[in-house]
Amino acid sequence: MRYILRRLGFYLVAFWAAMTLDFFLPRLLPGDPVSTILGAGNQLEPQQIQELKEAMGLTDEPLILQYFTYVTHVLRGDFGISFSNYPVPVINVISSGLIWTLLLGVSAVVISFVLGNFIGVVGSWRRGGVVDNFVPPLLVLIGAFPPFFLGLAAVYFLGYQLKWFPVNHAYGDTIIPAFDLTFFGSVVQHMLLPVSIMVLVTLGGWALGMRNTMVAILAEDYITMAEAKGLTQNRIMFRYAARNAMLPSVTAFGIALGFVLSGQILIEQIFAYPGLGYLLISAVTKVDYPLMQGLFLMITMAVLVANFIVDIIYTRLDPRVRAG
Amino acid sequence: MKTPNQSTQTGENSPTPDPKNSGVISPEGIEAGNSPVEPGQQYQPVEIETLPSGQMVVTPANLPAPSRQRLVWLSTLLKNPKALLGFGIVSFFILMALFAPFIAPGDPNEFVGIPNQPPSTEHWLGTEGQGKDVYRQTIWGAQSSLTIGFATGFLITVVSSLIGMSAGFFRGRIDDVLTLLTNLFLVIPGLPLLIILSAYLQPSNATIILALAFTGWAFGARVKRAQTLSLREKDFVAAARVSGESSFRIIFREILPNMTSLIMGSFISSTTYAIGAATALSFIGLGNVSDVTWGTNLYWAQNGGAILQNAWWAFVPSGLCVALVAFGLSFINYALDEVTNPRLRAEKELNNVLKGTTFRKTRTRATPVLRLPK
Repeated sequence: MRYILRRLGFYLVAFWAAMTLDFFLPRLLPGDPVSTILGAGNQLEPQQIQELKEAMGLTDEPLILQYFTYVTHVLRGDFGISFSNYPVPVINVISSGLIWTLLLGVSAVVISFVLGNFIGVVGSWRRGGVVDNFVPPLLVLIGAFPPFFLGLAAVYFLGYQLKWFPVNHAYGDTIIPAFDLTFFGSVVQHMLLPVSIMVLVTLGGWALGMRNTMVAILAEDYITMAEAKGLTQNRIMFRYAARNAMLPSVTAFGIALGFVLSGQILIEQIFAYPGLGYLLISAVTKVDYPLMQGLFLMITMAVLVANFIVDIIYTRLDPRVRAG
Repeated sequence: MKTPNQSTQTGENSPTPDPKNSGVISPEGIEAGNSPVEPGQQYQPVEIETLPSGQMVVTPANLPAPSRQRLVWLSTLLKNPKALLGFGIVSFFILMALFAPFIAPGDPNEFVGIPNQPPSTEHWLGTEGQGKDVYRQTIWGAQSSLTIGFATGFLITVVSSLIGMSAGFFRGRIDDVLTLLTNLFLVIPGLPLLIILSAYLQPSNATIILALAFTGWAFGARVKRAQTLSLREKDFVAAARVSGESSFRIIFREILPNMTSLIMGSFISSTTYAIGAATALSFIGLGNVSDVTWGTNLYWAQNGGAILQNAWWAFVPSGLCVALVAFGLSFINYALDEVTNPRLRAEKELNNVLKGTTFRKTRTRATPVLRLPK
């Protein structure tokens, strides 16, 4: 419990740091931040500009007061109004994208984690076997490709040329979202290609990491002991070795999440998948600063929450943490 | 022998002087001992001198110098096929960048023909959506992409070594603050931060390098902190501390040399990260779009509708280059891991010993047991 609370404290600090970074970045711009930022929204009425300024805390008040206004706004979920979707509040734009990002990201991460670790376990178990000799280098080769390049190639060859997969959006353009099979079928169909690419790119890291930890764990005395006791191979492999070898993988999960998300942003852009990453890039190209800042905070928060969930799982896996 | 320089990476100890040469060793003896003596060479006869106090001092005239064990991994690395493949690929691209004016003469930004032409004898890789020569753009793109990659890799290595090693060495308050900072940067997602940073900064190579280093130093710092933590407990560091060496000297002369392979690994992975991330940034359009880099090539391919025009040649070459460089770099790292990880190496050496014998390893996970085949 104390461990969980300590982690929670850390994530709160991390969120505060991201929030503060978000506040100071526009103010570090050379020149007058207000006009630079609002220069992009110059099609607005002067009164609207004034409202926007206040919503963003960009007033003539001293910096510390601006900061407090900003923090209270953020904590209330008020990120201002999106320039590019005027007058829709940033928070509404974000919530429309969040569900798609979670859907895509969670599926990709879970599939990749399970499959990659499984390959690692099997590879280390039959060291020098086919899985061990050929799969990791192959996955490293694939992992070396920038995810967005694989995405481009997949869209081009599998989408446009072979027409096997739909190449953009989260579901068919003619389908009305509803709780029925056609809608879900379409959603799954649209997810297939982006998810496979994200899994392919991240699989190698998991497999290799797991394999190397397993190599170390399998040399431990308790594995020899388990073999001497005549336990079944499966039991030794999964209950004895893999469970312990999982720990570094689970710890790495949090960091990996950031990497996955980075890849996902570009994948969403290529597939025009309406998640947070796609929104972020379009906010950048449309110079929509409030949306950009809100998205950055929201993405950070998603990663922090996911990390916290991983921490809770970790305490379940490792009894030492629970006791301490 | 001022520093034992025990290489923890290779797990080999420096040879200790021959027992028969041991005795009270005068400072002059140590100085003399630094002259190299080939292994197997006969030692000079020792000088024995009797002090007025009656104590006998044995001064070996020529102690064998401790052989330089610390760079053993480097020479092993150069014999590793994976490393050679990696080095080969990476040097190929470095040469390509250096000799771009000779391999692909002409301005890469010149409009040379009709847009979206397929590869031909005139334009080896065709033309892209604006009518520029793809071959020239790919070759010239190596210059900026590699410069940004290696410069960022270097900067990240310096920053992460400084932060990681100070945190690990000084412990206490400094460690707490630096570790918190490192963990914060690890948990805040990199690319989104990179994207908003670049959106605010003026796009140029220098700002890209700074932004990449700002978001990318944390992982290396964490690894180096852990290694420093374990090294600072070693006897040779304790010896250095007792003999009154300054912290600065201990860090740079005692600990740093034992971390060279780790630092090299970190430089390579930072460079890989930087090349990928810089390409991604330019691909989104956050780089300087008038520069020729692999990322901007992909940006123009995407924005020039290469996919809709069926112009695969506009985006495949640049993407392949990025992938190959990253592949080469990760192969070097892969090999480095194999060479410096004693467990992985022991496995390999055992296999070499068994080669050609009738002994077969049991398919066991634990300490290998050798059995004669039935």
